[in-house]
Amino acid sequence: MSHEYVSNTARIWKVFGILSVVTIIEVFLGIYKPDALHLSYFLGLSLLNWIFYALTIFKAYFIVWAFMHMEGEESSLRWAVVLPVIFLVLYLLFILLTEGHYIYGVFKDSTIKWNF
Amino acid sequence: MEATVTTANSEEKTWGGGNEPMGASYGKMMMWFFIVSDALTFSGFLAAYGFSRFKFIETWPLPDEVFTHFPFMHGVAAPMYYVAFMTFILIFSSVTMVLAVDAGHQLKKNKVVVYMFLTIIGGLIFVGSQAWEWKNFINGEYGAIETKGGSILQFVGKDGKQVALADFAATLHEERTQLSRSHGSWFMEESTQPTYSVAEVQAGFKAHPDLLIRTEVIKDKKKTILSRAESELRLGQAALVVEGANLERNEYGSKLFADFFFFITGFHGFHVFSGVIINIIIFFNVLLGTYEKRKSYEMVEKVGLYWHFVDLVWVFVFTVFYLV
Repeated sequence: MSHEYVSNTARIWKVFGILSVVTIIEVFLGIYKPDALHLSYFLGLSLLNWIFYALTIFKAYFIVWAFMHMEGEESSLRWAVVLPVIFLVLYLLFILLTEGHYIYGVFKDSTIKWNF
Repeated sequence: MEATVTTANSEEKTWGGGNEPMGASYGKMMMWFFIVSDALTFSGFLAAYGFSRFKFIETWPLPDEVFTHFPFMHGVAAPMYYVAFMTFILIFSSVTMVLAVDAGHQLKKNKVVVYMFLTIIGGLIFVGSQAWEWKNFINGEYGAIETKGGSILQFVGKDGKQVALADFAATLHEERTQLSRSHGSWFMEESTQPTYSVAEVQAGFKAHPDLLIRTEVIKDKKKTILSRAESELRLGQAALVVEGANLERNEYGSKLFADFFFFITGFHGFHVFSGVIINIIIFFNVLLGTYEKRKSYEMVEKVGLYWHFVDLVWVFVFTVFYLV
């Protein structure tokens, strides 16, 4: 290895703790689905789903940064890997979800029907 | 050996060769870019799932009514618990993997062996759990009716809870023999007959006046339940009895739902399976002392990257299929 490696088992267990707690919160919210979050919307998505996505990104950050040891890599490698993925995924989601929503409108409002 | 670990410490400029661009060895950097491409593949699948779900947003199945099984607790609705268990298994096997990498950096062979072994066991438990999940999904629990228009009708009692076909369908003694290759002429066969015929379900529904029909349509995050009169009208248009799930139709609702479930969790499960195989190969290399001689456990780090990536994908699959 070109750079010195610092053993850090304490951090690994700490990250495991964080990931576990977040998963427990997700499962708890998924089972009880509090109405205040579940039935109120922001930008077409319920608050509960926003929370789920935020927690997912939060977990993904820890897996990539701590477990895959991205924090120890050169910043050039770090951003060469992370930025293209983030950009392309957001772009793809924007296109496909907009299109999906449009087709939903076509089925709903025009004479074309999927369900009889 | 030079092919796997760069030991030359050249003073040349970064891209001059014989050096490590971006501070990562060739193998590690390529593993990272493989992960980028694989991440984009999975994103494509999940985005396609999102597209179809947005398209049929009003009729998509509600996940916590589909995945309700827990081992040894038959008939008890336990949504989420089982996948939560699977998630923990995978996160924990990620932890043992990163501990193996850590021990590898300190050249502690025995520790690497133990942690890699635990990782492999975790991976096998996960793949086994997924097989069990698939079994429940394929067999189904309640059964449903498909109408001529292709929508799914489910049956509920007065309390709004789903009722299985087996609990009310009448027995009309009208079974016919399954057409199989040995019975038909010229290799004719058909897919497995459902346990009950449409007529049996209709007769059973008539005999149980407190049964109602639940449609796929979601209103205020709940599936719509029809009145008794409307239910009878809709049941008149029944075309098929659907039990469980396959690639053509499923008892949970939208046909695409099962297709995406099989494809995405299957593709992820296949990644876990290949991860286990690769881990086993590296595990034996560790046992044989290959990396001890090389004075570098970087190979463990590379498979570790792949293994964490599999965990990373599961985090997203878990959210998209089970939570949202």
